[in-house]
Amino acid sequence: MDIVVCVKRVPDTAEADLSIDRSGKDIKKDDLVFDINEWDNYAIEEAILLKEKLGGTVTAVTMGSEDDEEVLRRCLALGADNAIRLEDTAFVGSDGYSTAVALAAAIKGIPYDLILTGVQAGDDGYGQVGPTVAEILGVPHATLVTSVEIEGKVARVRRELEGGLEELVEVQLPAVLTIQTGINEPRYVSIAGIRRVARRDIPVKTAGDLGLKPDEVGAAGARIEVEGLSLPEAGQKGEILQGSVDSVVEQLVGIFASKGWLG
Amino acid sequence: MDEIFVLVEHRKGEIRDVTLEMLGKGREVADGRGARLTALLLGKDVSRMAQTLVSRADAVEVIEHERLADFNSDAYQEVLSRLIDERKPVLTLIGHTAFGLDLAPSLAAEVGAPLLTDVTGIELADGAVTAIRPVYGGKVRARVRSRGLGAIVTVQSGAFAATGERETAGEIVRADALFSSDLAQKKFLRFVEAAAGDLDITQSDIVVSVGRGIGDPKNLPLVEELASVLGGVLACSRPVVDKKWLPKSRQVGISGKTVQPKLYLAVGISGAFQHLSGIKGAGIVVAINKDPKAPIFRVADYGIVGDLFTVVPTLKERIAKVKANK
Repeated sequence: MDIVVCVKRVPDTAEADLSIDRSGKDIKKDDLVFDINEWDNYAIEEAILLKEKLGGTVTAVTMGSEDDEEVLRRCLALGADNAIRLEDTAFVGSDGYSTAVALAAAIKGIPYDLILTGVQAGDDGYGQVGPTVAEILGVPHATLVTSVEIEGKVARVRRELEGGLEELVEVQLPAVLTIQTGINEPRYVSIAGIRRVARRDIPVKTAGDLGLKPDEVGAAGARIEVEGLSLPEAGQKGEILQGSVDSVVEQLVGIFASKGWLG
Repeated sequence: MDEIFVLVEHRKGEIRDVTLEMLGKGREVADGRGARLTALLLGKDVSRMAQTLVSRADAVEVIEHERLADFNSDAYQEVLSRLIDERKPVLTLIGHTAFGLDLAPSLAAEVGAPLLTDVTGIELADGAVTAIRPVYGGKVRARVRSRGLGAIVTVQSGAFAATGERETAGEIVRADALFSSDLAQKKFLRFVEAAAGDLDITQSDIVVSVGRGIGDPKNLPLVEELASVLGGVLACSRPVVDKKWLPKSRQVGISGKTVQPKLYLAVGISGAFQHLSGIKGAGIVVAINKDPKAPIFRVADYGIVGDLFTVVPTLKERIAKVKANK
């Protein structure tokens, strides 16, 4: 089973105080910590688990700058056999669609039975790249996958629906699956593991290497564009209790008591 | 005349709420542009649903086929791509749901349409579709624009009101589904119901819910004790279940449970959209979070900005004391 995993390096914004940059079209990223996209972390883990069970190879692919190479090294340290980075000035300004165009062109040149990626990325959250890659390559896909079983030339997968419901779906291989968080328990990468792959040469491919024209990729090939970002008003619906910890707790207990919730 | 498509989403014979919300917004956009609003109803034995939708669209187009009996993105895509190619709608609305996420991207790629996903605001002007959508986990709002008309937009559940019902009903049209081959690359097998779990969090008047902020499973008893002293149950947001710290049956949110307690106390929960839609029916929402900009404060009736590891023990102690004095 040869598996390709598409990964992305994103800023960790869960606990960060965000502000908009001067272009108005992105956030300031200087002070943010970057890591592999959370969903992609589950995808690479699932690929490694499948490889451990069924044999074969795992190839990690990302589109990005030299800084983004660290997520590929992380994948290699986890057990991926190969990594490819796509970089070209022509890729700048990609939307979800033109990102998929570049990834699909890179994957076309690799033997694959299965392509895994995260359901979405924590930054743009398009949720679009996986199934778009599938469409471009002419293979079937399933999104929001919460379990994978391979039986011969078929993947039997569970998809997460709403309200705790799931569906069981069968997809012919080769196929693209987008992986939902919680599907597995991603292992940690050891420092020794990272050190072991620190000197591995990671090939870089340009648009030309992939047989893509500059107007097919990046901003030129994009079908949507970001006009601007804004931060939602900090305004609250209710009341933020003010004072020391003891004081805010006292106020809250008073509210609970007035509602009759304290017996 | 311009046309706007809305794909009807239904499951197990029920029209899903997002369908009515899309028809509400679709009606508004269609009226603004003088366009025709068409609801596309794909399935098998779905005529009854057409009757309930006909007051909300200019036409309900019913396309029935064995292959459409259960939602299957492959079969849906084949029918919809043909309709879009033939009729070139200025806008197509699909739910940003498990079904829509499986269908819209590959459909858009096939027909060459711009795709705008997870959308909470839509405008159609100047030869483009402009949409508002969340980025960075909902902490930032993006205004995005399609290159040209004909965009496919996936609509966030609950973003629009289910308005637009009219006294004069539209028409019901029937069309045939044509499939180029019988060979399916993708097959729906069956639904899998969630495991019942040890306790039903939807039955409690007081729900104390814990999120990513708890940091480590060894800290869970802290919040569980607070739930217990309040006479409530312990629930959680998605990251806690993803990390296997609590079972799925305790998860509140779109992919988990919808709760309507009198008190919903969110501890260390930032308030991602997927979580907030599970607490829309809650009476009073109280949030404890160290990030004053956390989206949870936008829906909370009362908020405490602070470190949960200080606030929660103090709160628990204080409540225990009040109760002991009663």
